[in-house]
Amino acid sequence: MLLETKIRGSDHSINFRVYDIDSEKIESKKNVSVDSTNKQLWAELIKKVESLKDTSAFEELFNHFAPRVKAFLIKSGADHQMAEECSQEVMATVWRKAHLFDPSRASASTWIFTIARNKKIDAIRKQNRPEPEQLYQDQDYEPDQETIVELQQETERLTSALEELPEKQRVLVEKAYLGELSHSEIAEITGLPLGTIKSRIRLALEKLRHSMM
Amino acid sequence: MKKHDIKHHLSKDLLLAYSTGQLEEGFSLAIATHISMCDQCRAELESLEAMGGAVFENLEPNEIDVDAFAKTLALIDQTPEQAKVKPKATGLPEPLADYVGCDLDDIDWRPIGMGVKQKILVNSEKVSARLLYIPAGTAVPEHSHKGREVTLVLKGAFKDEIDYFGPGDIELADGDTHHTPVASEGEDCICLAVTDAPLKFNKLIHKIAQPFLKI
Repeated sequence: MLLETKIRGSDHSINFRVYDIDSEKIESKKNVSVDSTNKQLWAELIKKVESLKDTSAFEELFNHFAPRVKAFLIKSGADHQMAEECSQEVMATVWRKAHLFDPSRASASTWIFTIARNKKIDAIRKQNRPEPEQLYQDQDYEPDQETIVELQQETERLTSALEELPEKQRVLVEKAYLGELSHSEIAEITGLPLGTIKSRIRLALEKLRHSMM
Repeated sequence: MKKHDIKHHLSKDLLLAYSTGQLEEGFSLAIATHISMCDQCRAELESLEAMGGAVFENLEPNEIDVDAFAKTLALIDQTPEQAKVKPKATGLPEPLADYVGCDLDDIDWRPIGMGVKQKILVNSEKVSARLLYIPAGTAVPEHSHKGREVTLVLKGAFKDEIDYFGPGDIELADGDTHHTPVASEGEDCICLAVTDAPLKFNKLIHKIAQPFLKI
């Protein structure tokens, strides 16, 4: 069961959703953050888009991500109209490239971020973006559930680690990803808490490579 | 792509600049090509992208048009789905193959002297990327750099004052680096060289020839 409700507060609207696989029970909680369950939900929805061409699954993804893609593009220097059009194109790419999404190596947010980033380079910076070779998965390759869950948990920890960085460092990291830093400023960013997620991704890559042989 | 024992990897700041989308096309080509050959740097890049995902997820959402979803569905209907087709093998990693456009054996090399040949792939105002063909045992004229140089070995190997570089290895040089790369004996060396300022050759004859060679 899936429920999404929008509460209009004094000046903020809060989105929250509760996902319950085992029962029809619907719970509501206030201030539900994006937790592991939620991240898994997004990954499952992308899977449904890929295998079932499921429009309602896509709409769920759209409602969550399109407004963020638009915000990202505006922060990156696009005007409203361009950001609107580009965010639609980004979401169309999510549909078309759903088969390339690998939940053992990236969360849905991470994957959609990379599509939005590439759109930014293409549409705003008007540059070509050479991309690494895709790792083509065999038709029957399915990353195991455990690997996926571990990656989701690691992504989760990364999000809180980002929030716990010293204010100055956190602002710098955010600016870097929003394209507001020069090369030399980027070179000054150190100590990103990426050790664990990097080894998780490395393991997932090894499993994938093994299946490709 | 065959996997090699890669010893020289990408630097953190190059990977970070690439993951945030701040790197120029020529350098991005070297990064994307190396990552196609190196899972260690691929994991590093994907972890940096996970950081980008976290920043992205935390953004305050922006209001979108009421008909945005309908328009997106229309976009999807207009364009055909990407086929799951593996590109044909050219003996080059995919991102590089896109720029070269043919097999390694069919490249129209331009001689630049002393048996060394080049093929320019990207030549923008700020950054140029080229393939260099260095016959086995031959030296690339001694040069230093005004800016950054990223060299990626694709085939064969070379040695300079700094170290030995084999297939997949990256050498990073900056304004302080003076080096004379020599291709190893036994196999001709092909590398991708990206610079953000013209190379400086230290001998007069090369300085004179430089404007014609587009080095």
